[in-house]
Amino acid sequence: MRRTEDVLAPAGSTGDRGPVLEVDGLEVSFPSEQGRVQAVRDLSYEVRAGEVLGIVGESGSGKSVSSLAVMGLLPEQAKITGSIRFRGTELLGKPDTELSRIRGRRIAMIFQDPLSALTPVYTVGHQVAEALLVHGGGRVSKRAADRRAVELLDLVGIPNAAARARSYPHEFSGGMRQRAVIAIAIANDPDLIIADEPSTALDVTVQAQVMEVLAKAKEVTGAAIVMITHDLGVVAGIADRVMVTYAGRAVETGDVDELYTRPRMPYTIGLLGSVPRVDTGQRQPLVPIEGQPPSMVDLPPGCPFAPRCPMEIDACHDAEPALARVDGAGVDGAGVDGATGHAAACIRSSEIVAAGTSAAELFGASSAHHTADPDSRDRRPEMLRADGLVKRYPVTKGAVIRRRVGTVHAVDGISFDIRSGETLGLVGESGCGKTTTLMQILELGAPMGGRVEVLGRDIAGLSRGERKALRRDLQVVFQDPMASLDPRLPVSATIAEPMAAHGCSAEHIRRRTAELLDLVGLRPEHASRYPAQFSGGQRQRIGIARALALEPQLLVLDEPVDDVFSGPQHPYTQALLSAVPVPDPAVERTRERIILSGDMPSPADPPSGCRFRTRCQLFTSLPADRRQRCIDEEPPREAARVDGTPRADHEVACHYARVHQVL
Amino acid sequence: MQGVRRDEYHDGHAAFEECADRLPPPKGRDVTGFLLRRLINYVALCLIATFFAYSAAALTFNPLARYQMRNPPPPPEVIENLRQELRLDEPIPLRFLHWGAGVLQGDFGETITGQPITMELWSRVGVSLRLLLIGTTLGIVLGVALGALGAIRQYRPSDYAGTLFSFVVLSTPVFLLGILLQFAAIKFNDAAGTTVLYFTGETTAGFQGGFGAALLDRLQHLILPTIAIAFTQIALYSRYQRSAMLDVLGSDFLRTAQAKGLTRTRALFKHGLRTALIPMATLFAFGFGLLITGSVFVEEVFAWYGMGEWFVRGVQVEDVNIVATVTLFVAVLILFSGWLSDVLYAALDPRIRL
Repeated sequence: MRRTEDVLAPAGSTGDRGPVLEVDGLEVSFPSEQGRVQAVRDLSYEVRAGEVLGIVGESGSGKSVSSLAVMGLLPEQAKITGSIRFRGTELLGKPDTELSRIRGRRIAMIFQDPLSALTPVYTVGHQVAEALLVHGGGRVSKRAADRRAVELLDLVGIPNAAARARSYPHEFSGGMRQRAVIAIAIANDPDLIIADEPSTALDVTVQAQVMEVLAKAKEVTGAAIVMITHDLGVVAGIADRVMVTYAGRAVETGDVDELYTRPRMPYTIGLLGSVPRVDTGQRQPLVPIEGQPPSMVDLPPGCPFAPRCPMEIDACHDAEPALARVDGAGVDGAGVDGATGHAAACIRSSEIVAAGTSAAELFGASSAHHTADPDSRDRRPEMLRADGLVKRYPVTKGAVIRRRVGTVHAVDGISFDIRSGETLGLVGESGCGKTTTLMQILELGAPMGGRVEVLGRDIAGLSRGERKALRRDLQVVFQDPMASLDPRLPVSATIAEPMAAHGCSAEHIRRRTAELLDLVGLRPEHASRYPAQFSGGQRQRIGIARALALEPQLLVLDEPVDDVFSGPQHPYTQALLSAVPVPDPAVERTRERIILSGDMPSPADPPSGCRFRTRCQLFTSLPADRRQRCIDEEPPREAARVDGTPRADHEVACHYARVHQVL
Repeated sequence: MQGVRRDEYHDGHAAFEECADRLPPPKGRDVTGFLLRRLINYVALCLIATFFAYSAAALTFNPLARYQMRNPPPPPEVIENLRQELRLDEPIPLRFLHWGAGVLQGDFGETITGQPITMELWSRVGVSLRLLLIGTTLGIVLGVALGALGAIRQYRPSDYAGTLFSFVVLSTPVFLLGILLQFAAIKFNDAAGTTVLYFTGETTAGFQGGFGAALLDRLQHLILPTIAIAFTQIALYSRYQRSAMLDVLGSDFLRTAQAKGLTRTRALFKHGLRTALIPMATLFAFGFGLLITGSVFVEEVFAWYGMGEWFVRGVQVEDVNIVATVTLFVAVLILFSGWLSDVLYAALDPRIRL
């Protein structure tokens, strides 16, 4: 194991600020039934020591594949050409045994889904220590590795790290698991950390925590970071440079400030417009980029983005535009140095005067937001009312005789009403009871406590027949578009199923299915395809079409999109909003972020008084005598006051509620 | 019943998955109680299984028939005596209780020819267990290895070879497999010029020799039937292990293990195979149950006087006590391996340590 290759020299021995990673003309393709999939095409970039490069693009743009190529973790059937140099040493073509000595020691990687990133059968501490032992070459004792693992877990913010190191991954929340993965990544003080969507699968509050930990990891290790994401908001605050990829190629690259303020490629402008802005203080439509990324088999000549581009002209289809300097500093098209300068791959980039071209203008977004007029609220019929809804689960224990040892307060007295034409957002972190509330309503059974009225009828007293009839008017779109569609049913059958179940005629079903496909933006030929052939976004559209099939009066959406609102008074709402990233580097760097500490309190043992007080940023700033009220008294939900006058449509449950601008 | 039990765990687990994250780390002490409760259940099940076998045998068998049909027929007093001795006039539950009371004291009754069952039982248990335990252990180890390798080398020639082997063995009846093995052994012995492999009995009749020679003799007898048992087990487990391993191969944690610097091979074994073994724990128990049925044929073909061969003979001579004893043995074996799979499951998967 004791080799003296230069790649194995300890980190930091090379004092220069030269490139850590140079990727040059990288091409990756996979065989598939339709032909070879060109996942990455002629991709070049470099990362210097201590630098953060953001790689941004939709799924399927080749960003993950290119970084797995760097790690040497692509499946064997992948064909990789070009060059990947790490500190000057070519990595492509090295055997697995040699690469494994670099992986985890010089180059570390953090993956997207923390829930599945850790082996379920080993303790978290063991898995962190393993990273040290495998590179220790017998010089690191098991005990020393265990001790260091605890230190690392402590460093990434795992409370009570010594005890938690002995826990298994399933005993950790998603945020804590991602912290553990980061601890593994920084264990050997690497020169380069590749983070592949490290916060995408997490709650917005936890996402903010993880980004903080990553920033700390960078500080501690001094490593260069490649940050892969689909969300321009996430990298705005941390990245030095950003590369936007589309269809396996870089389409725009530049300094973070330059790229966000003066984007020169319509795709980048579209990405910026599709991120919700909580900082603008007003309702603003999200601008979708219509259509899907192209199939990577047999790409037609010309710009691959042209079919979705609002600025498309005939010339776009002639040849694929090269990445060319747009900042005037170099000769156009020649010798683009991936490390500096602003470059875009668009023949019309000079026409895009960023200052005047917002995404909304360019993509001609039509505002789909119809908000119900608040004045007519009393006159509109009530569609759903929940009054003090309660759902508790027993916690049982005991081998021979099961006894109840506690209660999980999943939903504990929630009240709201929705009137016709309204949209109500139920917002909170995972585990706060959103989904339980919805499932309780959808079940149409008598609730454990409280009262639910759907379309004016108390659901507790419904007969079987009435319940079925009511189901027709109450439809749901589930959270996970991958798991909520039957993989063996073609789309047409999925959409037709609710209609068939409620006895519609075959003729009606055929007509309505076509109508629905059109309504959600799918093509008629999609009807005969299976869910596996669709992207996540398209599957969610299928789910929506299914939910709309019976023309329901009330539609329940379980987290299909992020939602945002403004004018927050409760500290929790403020924290949630504060955690939402903004695609503006200047705002991101200077904004004061409220980072909630830790995880939600256990619903089996909720705190007294205000349930949020254990994590409340306002609570810690209160004098002791005022805090006591939060501990003793559960705050009632009352009309929020703006300048002393109560507002009818805004309620808040906080003893010390006040408007706090988070941006 | 196994299926229901698994669901029990998982439902309970899933319902609290969201909240479990925030509950204090679970303690290990409930496991003992849980396994104890299982054990009590199993004793009851053994009792029920044996009672049904006893009743079915007692209802259908007519042990006196062979005497009545003798020519010249034995005197009616003799038959009457036998009827008294075998308690044929008593109601079946009473007869079962009588037999059961003996079993509790370690006495399994007598055969209809008056031989004590207990003595023969232990010698036969020894013969059968020797075959089954060695065969199963080999089957599990080699089956898991073959399956895991097949998954890692999916769609390569070695994977196809393993698949072909499994399907051929699984679709060959055990008795045919035994006869084919005997045939192969004859060829082998001919080629070797001496008898290396024996295929009748578990030892050479009237064998004289020292301990070492006796051991070798037994080993020579053991090889063929063990192969017959192990082959079916390997074929069965390798199929399941292959698909369990394939499920794990694409998993994120395997990628994490490689990203931290483990070689692919090491990651595959330490993180991949270890996780892919969990679903196998249940199968080992079921496989063992199937195996006992298979061993009946193996013992017949190779003329081993084990439990399977005894059961067949018990049915032939219409002996209720033999049938009930063998059934009890099989029930104990199946339930014990079921219990063992629970222990194994708890040891392999930290997520179900209650």
